[in-house]
Amino acid sequence: MPLRLFPGIFLALALLAVQPLLHAETAEQKGHAIAAESISRDSGWGDMKADMQMILRNRQGEESLREIRMQSLEQANDGDKSLTIFDKPLDVKGTAFLSFSHAVGADDQWLYLPALKRIKRISSRNKSGPFMGSEFAYEDLSSFEIEKYSYKYIKDESVNGLDCFVVEQYPADAHSGYTRRLVWIDKAEYRVQRVEFYDRKNSPLKTLSYSGYQQYLDRYWRPERMDMINHQNGKSTELRWTNYHFGNGLNEADFNKNSLKRAH
Amino acid sequence: MHPHTKLKRWLTGALLALPVMVCAESRLETSGKAGLELRLFPQSPQFAEQYDTANLSGFIEPQFFYSWNDEADYVKFIPYLRWDQHDRERSHADIRQLTWSHVGEDWELHSGISKVFWGITEFQHLVDTINQTDGVEDIDGEDKLGQPMLHLSMPRAWGVLDLFALPGFRERTFPGADGRLRSGLVVDSGQAAYESAAGDNHLDLAARWSRTLGDYDIGLHWFRGTNREPLLRPGTDAGGNPVLTPYYEQINQFGMDLQATLDDWLWKLELRWRDGQDDPFWALQGGFEYTLYGIAESDADLGLLLEYGWDERGRDATAQVQNDLFFGTRIVLNDAAGSELLAGIGYDLDYHSHSLQLEASRRLGGGWKASLDLRLFSGDELNDPLSALRRDDHLQLTLERYF
Repeated sequence: MPLRLFPGIFLALALLAVQPLLHAETAEQKGHAIAAESISRDSGWGDMKADMQMILRNRQGEESLREIRMQSLEQANDGDKSLTIFDKPLDVKGTAFLSFSHAVGADDQWLYLPALKRIKRISSRNKSGPFMGSEFAYEDLSSFEIEKYSYKYIKDESVNGLDCFVVEQYPADAHSGYTRRLVWIDKAEYRVQRVEFYDRKNSPLKTLSYSGYQQYLDRYWRPERMDMINHQNGKSTELRWTNYHFGNGLNEADFNKNSLKRAH
Repeated sequence: MHPHTKLKRWLTGALLALPVMVCAESRLETSGKAGLELRLFPQSPQFAEQYDTANLSGFIEPQFFYSWNDEADYVKFIPYLRWDQHDRERSHADIRQLTWSHVGEDWELHSGISKVFWGITEFQHLVDTINQTDGVEDIDGEDKLGQPMLHLSMPRAWGVLDLFALPGFRERTFPGADGRLRSGLVVDSGQAAYESAAGDNHLDLAARWSRTLGDYDIGLHWFRGTNREPLLRPGTDAGGNPVLTPYYEQINQFGMDLQATLDDWLWKLELRWRDGQDDPFWALQGGFEYTLYGIAESDADLGLLLEYGWDERGRDATAQVQNDLFFGTRIVLNDAAGSELLAGIGYDLDYHSHSLQLEASRRLGGGWKASLDLRLFSGDELNDPLSALRRDDHLQLTLERYF
């Protein structure tokens, strides 16, 4: 039989395939595997609606408020689609933002300006810019896709009394405002507990803390609160999520230019 | 009972009941804005009767939204009222929107008075066709009068098809004799004439197809009906004084708008072919917007805009833009107050006149917004429409309250 002629080759090939299992997993592989597991645990939610309140605080403690409603539609092999409607500040009430995020390449984004009834296609290049004047950059609020970063497992550490993996994430996008993000992910449920952001000069820039996680549909964890502190300018933004709703029956038609114009 | 007392009682009852009704239904949403505007003119006016130095004006624009049927049906009502210290024509009221909308499975129908915007360029809105310009509001042509319409919109895999039936025509508004920022001769809207025997009751039709293809957003439109842009013909008013009278012809129009969104670059082109009583002609407006994000390691963005506008009729064009170059810059601070600055220069390559515009705005606390606008004009050739504004340089301060 032909197979018997090359037993040595088959043995060598089999050994090659097994080799990664025999050797210890690298830090990069472990970091990637943790990210992949957290994504896999948060897949299949379909559609979601939620309300968001942002409290911006400057160094003097002066506050300003933003209120936003958003809805998202999960995409099987791509970034999510989302529609964001602004309620506050009042001068931008009715402004709406439609985004088709992509795992690779630029996102597609449109802005609806209600006073002019005008839809503007806008550049998604501004990833590192502040969202609504807050300490959250656009990239901090976009959907998490595995391709957006490369990974490295650093250590185990406890945060908020939870045993966590600490993974370093390096943005693939050259336009990102960060050299790296240090992310604490709890081992039990693979939820992000804390993120430290390092700016383009690799200096500590911001810290983001997640709290009040609630589970929906017996599977998906969502935080009630996200606190971002900017160490360089002394400003902070508190983000409060309410009214999470899953399974709203949203479909593609709820995420087009017509639905953008209907937003109110 | 005295009828007056009766009315008072009824009104009190209605006012007391209103919030209860709102709470019970919780589907009526009220919002809107009101503002005060001060215009300062350092130069004495060019034409007799025009006011001097300063003008105060105020406006209110509430917005009512009522939905039922799980928002598959909703009514939107936006009345508008402006008061002007000197110009009686500028003191006016309008229904910006009063529509009933029904959203079906793969179609939606908007019936009533509404506004529709088409286009992508910043310095001229060439393909924006449906609504009449509210010319007394401002000179940028961005304020529109509510247009009666039946608007059927069908989003499909091959794009969005919008069909319009437009019964009833709105005449353009023009500043009165007392007003600044007007043509030398006053436009007498009372003498408006129409090509169509149906006058302002001609049923206009329009269709638009638009689609996104990757980085490109394209729109094609067709319009047949009464031209929103009147021909201004010399005439006399009742007192025998020379005036301009608007003449609204019937036109057939095709147009296209195309934007390419390529990284930091937005490339824009608007094209329009119009056939009226005179020879058909082409017009275009095109250019780019390039944005530098996070300039000088700050959060601020700097946008650079360049556009060119052309009209085949050349110097005979009724439009202000026939061979004009526009340069603009937009600075957005991305701060909590939403501070923005927009500066633009328009240069007419035929008449060598120019206009400069500077707009700055920021939020003041929760519901307030302050804006400062500076506009400077030059133009010595009398054939140039801009020459009528050459003594109308002004500074405008606006304070708006949102609710």
